[in-house]
Amino acid sequence: MGAGFRDRRMSAPLIRMHDISKAFGAVRALSHVGLSIGEGEVLGLVGDNAAGKSTLMKILAGAHQPDSGTIEVGGQAVVFHGPHDARGAGIEMIYQDYALVPALTVTQNIFLGREVLGAWPLLRVLQRRQMDERAKALFAALGLRVPSVSSPVRELSGGQQQAVAIARATGFDAKLVIMDEPTANLGAPAIAKVRDTITRLKLQGVAVILISHRLEDVFAVGDRFIVMKHGHVVAAREVGDTHADEIVQMIVTGADPRRSAAPADPKP
Amino acid sequence: MQLPLSRFSFSTTSKVYKLARLDHPVTGPSGLNQRARRLAVLSVRYGTCIGLALWLVAMACSSDYFLTTINLLNVARQTAPIIIIGVGSTFVMATAGIDLSVGAIVALVSCLTSAWLTDGLTASLVVIAVIAVGACLGALNGFLVWLGIPAFIVTLGGLVSIRGIAFVYSNGYATPITNPAILWLGRGAVLGVDAPILIALLVVVAGVFTLSRSQLGLHALAVGGREEAARVMGLPIGRIKILVYGISGALAALGGLVLAARLSNGSPNAGMGLELDVISAVVLGGTSLFGGSATIIGTIIGALFIGFIRNGLNLLDVNPYWVQVVTGIVLVAAVLLNTIVNRRVEQWARVSATDE
Ligand SMILES: Nc1ncnc2c1ncn2[C@@H]1O[C@H](COP(=O)(O)OP(=O)(O)O)[C@@H](O)[C@H]1O
Ligand SMILES: [Mg+2]
Repeated sequence: MGAGFRDRRMSAPLIRMHDISKAFGAVRALSHVGLSIGEGEVLGLVGDNAAGKSTLMKILAGAHQPDSGTIEVGGQAVVFHGPHDARGAGIEMIYQDYALVPALTVTQNIFLGREVLGAWPLLRVLQRRQMDERAKALFAALGLRVPSVSSPVRELSGGQQQAVAIARATGFDAKLVIMDEPTANLGAPAIAKVRDTITRLKLQGVAVILISHRLEDVFAVGDRFIVMKHGHVVAAREVGDTHADEIVQMIVTGADPRRSAAPADPKP
Repeated sequence: MQLPLSRFSFSTTSKVYKLARLDHPVTGPSGLNQRARRLAVLSVRYGTCIGLALWLVAMACSSDYFLTTINLLNVARQTAPIIIIGVGSTFVMATAGIDLSVGAIVALVSCLTSAWLTDGLTASLVVIAVIAVGACLGALNGFLVWLGIPAFIVTLGGLVSIRGIAFVYSNGYATPITNPAILWLGRGAVLGVDAPILIALLVVVAGVFTLSRSQLGLHALAVGGREEAARVMGLPIGRIKILVYGISGALAALGGLVLAARLSNGSPNAGMGLELDVISAVVLGGTSLFGGSATIIGTIIGALFIGFIRNGLNLLDVNPYWVQVVTGIVLVAAVLLNTIVNRRVEQWARVSATDE
């Protein structure tokens, strides 16, 4: 089905998640889920509320640990004990609520957890001016606008806060950027910014996983859909090989119409 | 004028933000209006400073003795332990925590110091040992807080049980301290500056540096500002909490040493209620009870405010029980000013700036 006319480098995908399961107490959030993504590929991860999209992505970003299953980066098996490990492997995530600290400045948020420190061994001083300069350069390069890198994030508008989250996720040589509902609650200009960002990342060879309720975003900038329901992967589709009605139908029914007899749980 | 109550306003546009910046140059016909708004915001933000200044002026007018060097040094010396311990508490409060166990650590350290000196330990060994004890007790607090027990409960347990240990260890008796090196910590001086003041100054310098220039200070603020964001950014939450409470415990031990030396005895009753003075000083100074923003200079001002109120009322021969009443009222008024009034005035200034 829909065999790739596109080079997806299936031999050595950038990231591969295999047979991932995760339960929160009695809630089985994910059962034997897998996906893979290649360099410069844009994957639209869609599904109803509580399908398990955020949980799957938080596992990839190291924020949750899976109960079972494996993750491979560049063909090597890896174990993420925390978000620090995932960021070290080049996986960045823009969280649904942006995960910014409102009381800290724009610069402090961007460098949170990977601050630039002085060289003295015992007094590792925060290089505040250097980080401010780099943050400004980052915003300029991304074409994102923020009033001042030294103002607290609390004082920024929703769109500006998102710009900070995007700058943080894309400013540090990421291989994969995950965006969880980046266009929810945003106006048209901010949505256009998100699409531009995704296109730019793709051109740089960065992979993007986009969780979105807005299918038009995935059709506009994406390569492939993955549909989830109740903690299972329902189907995968090339963007050029499907249309919105089919995706919506799969989101709602949780079944792949092209294999009417098959169960809704394709083993990867 | 409607004053919204919500803590964060996400509707702020960049235009609003710029107009509301306090350092934005003020020009044009609305200049007077804007100057008044700025004055209102500043006077609320620096309410404690203004209160302290007014109090100093009032006291200077009503007591000839108040402004003498002897009296000022006396207040500074008495306030030194609150400042030393307050630096630690400022870090704890930056993480949205609270440390109620510092007074009890003071008592335990006080007893241990006199007992260990009696046992023949050298002064420097005793200093190192009691600070290590304080750091370990604090680290234990931090570990329990990290497990998810509310800091209030963990350190309330510490307040009760650590003082209990001090009583068990000392059998309830105060014992004298005679070692000159230890006594120096409370009574000595360098070039006319009392040792407690000097120690407090050193702690303040180290504290200001750590809070504003080190990774630990920044991460403490991040954890207090929004712990979930700090977690997904990969900060080691457990280590940060253990370190911060450990610092608070170590500084409580240092404050305890200074107090024991000043009183020249080790007593399980030492530092009774001190945790409340310390927390008052931190809050009066403007550090947020909800974490995420903290100031050590503010803590010094808060501690001096408490010290000068006590000292002034004493000089005026006010019944000491009234002193307690006044201190309590000042604390609540300051919290009111730093939280609700501050928020409303800043929002009012922002909103009315856009109305023009
Ligand atoms: N931290 C958590 N604790 C308990 N249950 C959770 C947690 N996170 C997600 N869940 C549950 O897991 C399921 C999948 O949630 P989620 O991954 O957020 O779905 P989606 O992002 O697709 O809407 C839901 O039933 C949700 O209630
Ligand atoms: Mg979600």
